[in-house]
Amino acid sequence: MKDLFLILTIVAYGSSLALYLRFLGTGREVIGRLGTVLLGLGLIAHYFALLERSRGLHTVPYHDLYGSMSLFGWLLALTYLGLELFHRQRSVGAFVLPFIIVFFVAAHLAPADRLSPAPARGIVFAFHVTLSILAYAAFALSFVFSLIFLGEERLLRSRKLGNVVWRLPPLELLERMSRSSVLVGLVSIGIGTALGFVWVDRLRAQTGYFDPKYVITLLVLLLYALYFQLARTASWRGSRASKLCIFNFFVVVMSFTVVNLYLSQSHRYF
Amino acid sequence: MEIVLVGLNHRTAPVEVRERVSFTAEQARKAAEELRSRGILEETLVLSTCNRSEIYGVPPESSHECAPGLSSFLSEFHSVRAEELGLSLYHHYDREAVRHLFRVSAGLDSMLLGEAEILGQVREAYRYAHEYGATGPVLNRLFQGALEVGKRVRSETELGTRPMSVASAGVKLAERVFGKMNERSALVLGAGTISEQVVNQLRDRGIAALLIMNRSRERANELAIRFGGKVVGWGEWETALKVVDVVVSSVASEEPVLRRELLQAAMSARGNRALFLMDLGLPRNIEASAAELYNIYMYNIDDLTEIVEQNRHAREGEVPRAETIVDEHVGKFLSWQASVELVGVVDALRARLREERAAFIHARMDSMNHLSAAERERMESMMDELLEKLLLQPAERLRGEKELRRKIQNVEALRDLFLSNREKP
Repeated sequence: MKDLFLILTIVAYGSSLALYLRFLGTGREVIGRLGTVLLGLGLIAHYFALLERSRGLHTVPYHDLYGSMSLFGWLLALTYLGLELFHRQRSVGAFVLPFIIVFFVAAHLAPADRLSPAPARGIVFAFHVTLSILAYAAFALSFVFSLIFLGEERLLRSRKLGNVVWRLPPLELLERMSRSSVLVGLVSIGIGTALGFVWVDRLRAQTGYFDPKYVITLLVLLLYALYFQLARTASWRGSRASKLCIFNFFVVVMSFTVVNLYLSQSHRYF
Repeated sequence: MEIVLVGLNHRTAPVEVRERVSFTAEQARKAAEELRSRGILEETLVLSTCNRSEIYGVPPESSHECAPGLSSFLSEFHSVRAEELGLSLYHHYDREAVRHLFRVSAGLDSMLLGEAEILGQVREAYRYAHEYGATGPVLNRLFQGALEVGKRVRSETELGTRPMSVASAGVKLAERVFGKMNERSALVLGAGTISEQVVNQLRDRGIAALLIMNRSRERANELAIRFGGKVVGWGEWETALKVVDVVVSSVASEEPVLRRELLQAAMSARGNRALFLMDLGLPRNIEASAAELYNIYMYNIDDLTEIVEQNRHAREGEVPRAETIVDEHVGKFLSWQASVELVGVVDALRARLREERAAFIHARMDSMNHLSAAERERMESMMDELLEKLLLQPAERLRGEKELRRKIQNVEALRDLFLSNREKP
């Protein structure tokens, strides 16, 4: 029974994806609802899988790369579910679930060697990391919504509509969903970054410390704030805002990869 | 218990014939009453739409025998000579009648494949007939099944989801951009037939505001009054284009009415808010290069016709799935019919055997004088017990038969072997 939650999570997410795909194909509301229910069950099982893994390794989920990936997947699912319920639109579930599944599976199939116990860094640090990962998950969602927007717009302009276009959300709703997820991301990264500074301040008892991660995080914050502002203005609304959102996400990926791995001193965990 | 259907539709009769045999609600009621009073049908339902007039019924005798009477009734009721209707009429019985109705409610028999209106018309015809008591257990079950088929086909297949007219395709495309129309406004250029169709669609989709612009103000006023819109003077582009989300144009004009420069200026004035343009004019009313402008979504008559064509192909691809649902429900209905008949046949057989038992005892009465009344009663009850025992096994076997065809064959065989015509349920 060691892998019970692992299996339950995969089954729930997999079934949810299958149902969302079927919903996209048939438009049957009951199938979509079932997809949402299974996503919710997957979230619960995923939570226990995360807990089990952390207990097994005697550490916190974000202590290693794989744990962070799994936590990212969980927060991605949680944010998506929240947005789905808020906007009452579930036809993009089929596009989001594959990302969730990839992050979950990649994290849990990785070798789970015993890690050195995580140093006790306190609740401020825990919130800093969790909120930052939540922000990245929300930005990832806005990236997916923007991609769907551009794809749907291209199909509409090409007049080759196929089967899916009639099931996708209207363009304006996709924009709203993207803006909502960016708002979640902005609030999370704002609070998370502030908590990070509080933690560093306490730790080092100085404020003059510099790390390239600060610059890129500030840049991410500014770029998404710019997006949030521009996407509501008439001249940027539409494909321009979606392209900006996609660009912003590449900056996020840069922050997570190049900056974390090669430039940052304080965020090189993995 | 048999079902008969006599009718004509768009495939078998031209509109000149169809319009002569169509029924109003009141006529449908009158026809049902007459059919019952003349003893032609015990249960009746008249389904009359612009594409079909059909009478479904349950006759007291064999359905094949009553069909000619129904045809004569139809021609007599509408005062149309029988020869005129002869080739246009179709007759279906039992399984085929059930299947025909289920295909009708699924939209498979409609002129526009998968159209949604027919289900509402079937529902309405059934509700009305049920209200005035023209239907009975058989037609109630049949039409409830038909409504279920219609609902399932619409929810489980793509047969009815995609727009099939240029006007509805245009409006549905606008919904792909803006979502629901109830917070949107539209400008209609021209007041011809095609504009009316689009206005109808926009109204159906709950458009919040409608501006109508036409060279003839009188015609624009007429359309505005009819559909609850507001007239805008011809050429007041700045006012109109600044506020609306959808523009529908079908004006007779050699030159484009909406030029790129005009739209560019309008887009600047509206801060590049998305604008959906439907150009239904021939020659085109909107300069083609306007489609390149940011946040303009433009479709001309050819684009929309192509989309309708794509949808038609997609709908045709859904026909096998819809037919499967129809077949499933035909099977269910016949199974119900057979089970009902089985109960009737077993009851009739029981009654027949009891009659035989009573006659047998009566004939042997003289040789049973030595028995007391109590003993005779006991003997009769034992014979009844024996009859029940004899009936039990075949009845259970019939009930348990999984294959519908065999079940129906067995019921038929039982009926033919043991029951006279008078006793057949």
